[in-house]
Amino acid sequence: MKNYIAKRILTTIPLLLCITFICFVFINLIPSDPAEVALRIRQTPVITDEAIQAVRLELGLDDPFLLRYLNWLGDSLHFDFGVSYTNPSRTVLGEIARCLPATLQLAGASLLIVILLSLPIGFFCAVYKDSWFDRLVRGLVFMTTAMPAYWVGLLLIWLVSIRWNLLPTSGAGSWQHLVLPAFTVALTYISTYIRLIRNNMLENMKEDYVLYAQARGLRQGTILVKHVLKNSLQTCIVAIGMSIPQLIAGTIVVENVFAWPGLGKLCITSIFNRDYPVIQTYVLMIGTLFILFNLIFDIVQALADPRLRREAE
Amino acid sequence: MIKRLTKNPIAMGMLGIILIIALLGIFAPFVAPHDPYEGNILNKFATFSWQYPLGTDNLGRCILSRLIYGIRPTLFLALITMIGTIGLGALMGVLAGYFKGPVDEVIMRIVDVMLSFPSQIMIFAVVALMGADVRNVILANIFIKWAWYARMIRCNVIKYRSRNFILYSRCIGTRETFILTRHLLPSIASELAVLATLDVGWAILNISTLSFLGLGVQAPIPEWGAMLSEAKNVMTTNPIQMIAPGVAIVVLIAAFNLLGDALRDVLDPKEMELS
Amino acid sequence: MSEKILEVNNLSVVLRNKKTDKEILTGVSFQLRKGQCLGILGESGSGKSICAKAVMGLLDDQFKVSGEIWYKNENLLQLSKEKRRSLRGKEMAMILQNPMTCFDPLYRVADQIAETFETHMAIDKNKINAYAVRTLEKMLIRNPDDVLRKYPHQLSGGMLQRIMIGLALSMAPEVLVADEPTTAIDAATQYEIMREFEKIKQSGNTAMIFITHDLSVVSQIADYILVMNQGQVVDRGSYEHITKHASDLYTKRLIKNRLAVINKYREVLGI
Repeated sequence: MKNYIAKRILTTIPLLLCITFICFVFINLIPSDPAEVALRIRQTPVITDEAIQAVRLELGLDDPFLLRYLNWLGDSLHFDFGVSYTNPSRTVLGEIARCLPATLQLAGASLLIVILLSLPIGFFCAVYKDSWFDRLVRGLVFMTTAMPAYWVGLLLIWLVSIRWNLLPTSGAGSWQHLVLPAFTVALTYISTYIRLIRNNMLENMKEDYVLYAQARGLRQGTILVKHVLKNSLQTCIVAIGMSIPQLIAGTIVVENVFAWPGLGKLCITSIFNRDYPVIQTYVLMIGTLFILFNLIFDIVQALADPRLRREAE
Repeated sequence: MIKRLTKNPIAMGMLGIILIIALLGIFAPFVAPHDPYEGNILNKFATFSWQYPLGTDNLGRCILSRLIYGIRPTLFLALITMIGTIGLGALMGVLAGYFKGPVDEVIMRIVDVMLSFPSQIMIFAVVALMGADVRNVILANIFIKWAWYARMIRCNVIKYRSRNFILYSRCIGTRETFILTRHLLPSIASELAVLATLDVGWAILNISTLSFLGLGVQAPIPEWGAMLSEAKNVMTTNPIQMIAPGVAIVVLIAAFNLLGDALRDVLDPKEMELS
Repeated sequence: MSEKILEVNNLSVVLRNKKTDKEILTGVSFQLRKGQCLGILGESGSGKSICAKAVMGLLDDQFKVSGEIWYKNENLLQLSKEKRRSLRGKEMAMILQNPMTCFDPLYRVADQIAETFETHMAIDKNKINAYAVRTLEKMLIRNPDDVLRKYPHQLSGGMLQRIMIGLALSMAPEVLVADEPTTAIDAATQYEIMREFEKIKQSGNTAMIFITHDLSVVSQIADYILVMNQGQVVDRGSYEHITKHASDLYTKRLIKNRLAVINKYREVLGI
């Protein structure tokens, strides 16, 4: 088992290096000269060649490529991501740290809603296959996959906040502010997971061990929950876990719609302001989270299934 | 296969809807009642009337006309994106799956790396760095998504590659390009069709989202996502401005998804046995 | 003659499809007496498994079952699903074909045996383990404590089959249905499993229905054989009767092929 974990971690390291490299390369692909951009954003009145040279020296832009990459990588490992181009008094790390909690809050709430809703609904859809409930849910699921998240958000604001005056329209502060945005983010994923659980359960219900359990006289409810559900959850939990980084990243649009003060808002403003260090760090962060979560849940999956546990040994 | 497709009512229905919408878009100047860019600011937020069937927006422009003209950017940009993505993905997938060996290894390593990162974020990043422009959006989409299709198509190609008729062709010394175009492509065509259809839906969603955020199609072009961005601010006064483009997007994406599902059912080998 | 345990009259099963109904089983009738072993012989698709499942009540709503299944003066087909469930595993036990896939891979063997006991018996939790160990010992399984702690994929097919049989017998059922119990097992283990079945027959407590496609296997154990083909019983009788006086074409062909193999074997060995 430990060998398996060690091997998995080893394969992850090159991937992580790769993403850091790609992030670094990205910055250097921007069409404009970063020194000039920095000067412009700092609103230097006159951009002279000497000024550009000075900035180039300051930002270390004349060093060879590999050296710059290694320097940047070293800095990143120390969580030193440089300063924001827009506002040099603020560090990138500071900016991200400022906005991260709100996004985590939103992602966390959405995850909770996804799990609480998709598991039981998927379960009952499978158990009562082709019933009116199942068909209704499948219809709704289909509609939601065709709906853009931002439109759902807008609709919810219009209906719930404006017409029915139940919840605030935007901003953050209380749990009431959290409900609509969390639900909007969750909606995109709920449909996927309902389908996943339903299909997993239907597949597992055809397995031999279900027939044998019935032959032994076990109650259908026990069979469904104790055996079928547990077998189905295996894949689902791993899938849900691996999509947590996507959930965190996916809040961008919803944060925009609901004016939620999280990373998404930071990201969009940075894109418009061409604040490249912030964008770069954001991509690096999400990419790393993605790879790490994949690794963690791969291992979780191996641990949870007794068959894989043995194979890995 | 095409015959079975024509017998499936859902597939035909969806194809019909999509064709109608596409035709509306192509012939927009003849179908739309007004110019989508021309607005009478004095007439903003007008209610439904014969002259303005869906009313006017915040700048006094006819919503219905903007909706119809909006078919062009929404649908056709998505189609271009899909062709690029599927084209590149299919090319890579076929090369990797058919020639195996080092070609396969290299391509698959690249695919693995690309698939390790969340596509949505990468698209954002590419757009962010290259600038908020429609062209960049399309390029970003193609650049990021091709990997996923390459892998799926490679799977398919490997499955068909060991089929007898291809082995025979290689035996008698047919040129590789001939085998590729005349034998292999038709076999994977059905899978490709399903993937392509579903990808259009995804592309529409993606492009409209970016336009909504201001990173794609820029105002005043009447792309449906961009229209929703403008509608956001006037939701309370003129809800129809928000509802109409949204419903249009849902209908279009739903049509493509249903078509894709129907295609998949039609091409399902189990269905083939029963019929 | 020992008492009649099970009487099946005119059992028919129809598969309801979206478009058409397909008749899978037609007019199957037989009787089962205490201590007797009834063999059901047929190829795949002949309906023998469906017949067993219909008797046990394991067919879902897609299947329409008609006829009568008399057990202890009750027509099983008219009982509620819950009543049938309580009979299953206790008074009517079944052994399935692929022991490797019949156990839930996520639970230890001990857990799965325990849940069967708990469903049917009001047994003290502490006594369950002892009972399980005894069940395995009766099947001559060595180191029962070890085996109980294992997961299904860690045990061989033969071992799992024995556990299945042991579990089925632990409830002292009146009827034991064995659906192709030796098909998925290697030849050496097959021999041992067949010996277990012979022991069951000799004890005289349990009536058996033994389903197989293998004529030689059924000849070892069955007192009375039903030959099935395409959902119908085409021949019935003892093994000698069938080999010599088979009336149906299908049976005749089956016997002929089997005898040809035996004759060739004798010829090669010079017997």
